[in-house]
Amino acid sequence: MSADLDPQTVTAALPLTDTPELNRRGFLRSAGAAGVAATGITGFPFVHAAEKVTLRYLGTAVNQDKAIAEKFEADTGIKIQYIPVTTDDVTKRAVTAPNSFDLIDTEYFSLKKIIPTGNLLGMDVKRIKNADKITSLFTKGEVAGKKVGDQGTAPKKVMYLPGATAKDFAKEPTQFMTLIPTVYNADTLGIRPDLIKRPISSWAELLNPEFKGKAAILNIPSIGIMDAAMVVEAMGLYKYPDKGNMTKKEIDLTIKTLIEAKKAGQFRALWKDFNESVNLMASGEVVIQSMWSPAVTAVRTKGIDCTFQPLKEGYRAWAAGFGVPKTTTGKKLDACYEFINWFLDGWAGAYLNRQGYYSAVLETAKAKMEAYEWAYWMEGKPAAQDIKSPNGDVLAKKGAVRDGGSYEARMGGIACWNAVMDENAYMVQKWNEFVAA
Amino acid sequence: MSNSRTSAAFAWLQAAPLTAVFALFFVLPLALVVMVSFWQASEYELLPAFTAQNYLDVFTGCPVTADGDLCVTAKTYLSTLKFGVLTWLITALLGFAIAYFLAFHVQGTLMQTVLFIVCTVPFWTSNVIRMISWVPLLGRNGLVNQLLVGSGLVAEPVEWLLFSDFSVVLAFVHLYTMFMIVPIFNSMMRIDRSLIEAARDNGATPWQTVLHVVLPLCRTGLIIGSIFVLALVMGDFVTVGVMGGQQIASVGKVIQVQTSYLQFPMAAANAVILLAVVLLMIVALMRLVNLRKEL
Repeated sequence: MSADLDPQTVTAALPLTDTPELNRRGFLRSAGAAGVAATGITGFPFVHAAEKVTLRYLGTAVNQDKAIAEKFEADTGIKIQYIPVTTDDVTKRAVTAPNSFDLIDTEYFSLKKIIPTGNLLGMDVKRIKNADKITSLFTKGEVAGKKVGDQGTAPKKVMYLPGATAKDFAKEPTQFMTLIPTVYNADTLGIRPDLIKRPISSWAELLNPEFKGKAAILNIPSIGIMDAAMVVEAMGLYKYPDKGNMTKKEIDLTIKTLIEAKKAGQFRALWKDFNESVNLMASGEVVIQSMWSPAVTAVRTKGIDCTFQPLKEGYRAWAAGFGVPKTTTGKKLDACYEFINWFLDGWAGAYLNRQGYYSAVLETAKAKMEAYEWAYWMEGKPAAQDIKSPNGDVLAKKGAVRDGGSYEARMGGIACWNAVMDENAYMVQKWNEFVAA
Repeated sequence: MSNSRTSAAFAWLQAAPLTAVFALFFVLPLALVVMVSFWQASEYELLPAFTAQNYLDVFTGCPVTADGDLCVTAKTYLSTLKFGVLTWLITALLGFAIAYFLAFHVQGTLMQTVLFIVCTVPFWTSNVIRMISWVPLLGRNGLVNQLLVGSGLVAEPVEWLLFSDFSVVLAFVHLYTMFMIVPIFNSMMRIDRSLIEAARDNGATPWQTVLHVVLPLCRTGLIIGSIFVLALVMGDFVTVGVMGGQQIASVGKVIQVQTSYLQFPMAAANAVILLAVVLLMIVALMRLVNLRKEL
């Protein structure tokens, strides 16, 4: 038999038999791949590990910067999906639909509404790398060792929970934080110095008839009422025992003052959205109004002169932080902690500081900022060179000094905090009266 | 007998899907709203109860408060109604004129279709962008004021162009004229052209033809358009908010503020009252036309 085999035909036959062989291997290979894909669908853990996690991040548009999400994804592979809504709607969703997001960025004052629902999970301080470096403003209500104003819902009052699933606040520091602080600031009036042409030094100027038809106040009742209270005190009409928790009579007085001003035509508009305030100021419709720091920055980057004016009565402060609803578990919860740790690690902090905010952990942010930037933003020193926004627009020329000066001068000047009052329902009803007047 | 019973069962079966959709997405939510309007709420939760307190609160100080002012609810409804009537009047006039032009003056279906699509241009951008872009046009330093001051017509910029009743009505007209044009145009296209010829042959002037022939035959379209416009304006809070500089109250705005402060029972009570008012208006309009017969 073997003699019959012609070596030539054998060699010639080899490639012929080789091809199906290759095909078979190829088939096996693709079948294997299909098998992996199939297990991927059924959810075997080893395939799952490679899967990208997406975090649904509920907050206001002011804090939801595209650059932050992109940098975080580049660093960790975790995707951030922003859900931008208004301040009031963040609270509403936290109370009514806690499964519609994985991570919440909300203000401390709204915790008085959210925590009693039991929808938020206490944040385990042990899992936060920089927890002990969080500024004393949050943990003790102090700036550089000095107590600051604590009227209203100061963060230290709502900072801790007795347990991970508690529905009330702890008086003393514990292992569980309600929110891990991210940004905070002290708000004041924004003005157009080029159109006002004289120094402004008091909250009372908001209702000065000189600016009739050129003033604005914000239409978020719980914050607007605080600005109004600052004005009422500055005008010498009344001194509140606690602006952040008014009695019905005090609410009546405050709203009455607003209504009188409105009827006299003081307000050009009321605003509710960050962009609206930028628009009003940049277009010159309004020359003095309650404003947020990044809105002032936004007006300035358009090349329009705008000042975040420090006032002698002090600032109305606010603070925001990250929380996690109880419905976030497993991989997503880990990703949330990863995001928060990343956020406190410096890059994001530096980014926020350059927008005029303050970051919760200052030393990590300092490491990611240039010395001249730190000197301008945090120490209140004249700019050694042009100061640029994170997008590269020039915000301040060489030699300029930041409004309100250093961190200590500014945050030390806090008079009150954004708040939820005991008479909140009554306040909202009265606020509607102001809008209707 | 059994035959008619099966066909009756069939008819019910055929109507069932729509009935189910209506029950699930309309009747049930509405019933919930009515139910919640009798509940109470704390800062963060709804408390089942049966109290008329929410309704009483809505009408606090009505009709006239101690200071001699109208109560907030009356003032808000009056303001909303005013916008409703003004917008209705202007959109009806404009809608009728435009539909008349499209139906009787424009020759050829192609041209009619093209012009009809042009009418929908306001809907091509988002609501908010559309309204924000009024600011550079009507603002203190806007185009219109630049033109007025530049041409020497006025010395100081005109302030009432923006954040005023005027700007609110302007935005409403801009948005809702389309809702008038469509039904009126539809009615006009169904008018038998020989009627118009007959009117002309009988010596009617063009105005007389419009007034005595076209207008009565367009009644159905006018009324359907009116229902659209009134219902839209009564429930709006975005347009009034943005164009009124948030300084003008509207019923929708009041409800929105209350829901965002989690005062759902109050908001529900307000919604029920608004619904009743709008339904009354629609019932009144329906008395003017028998929709089922005319369509």
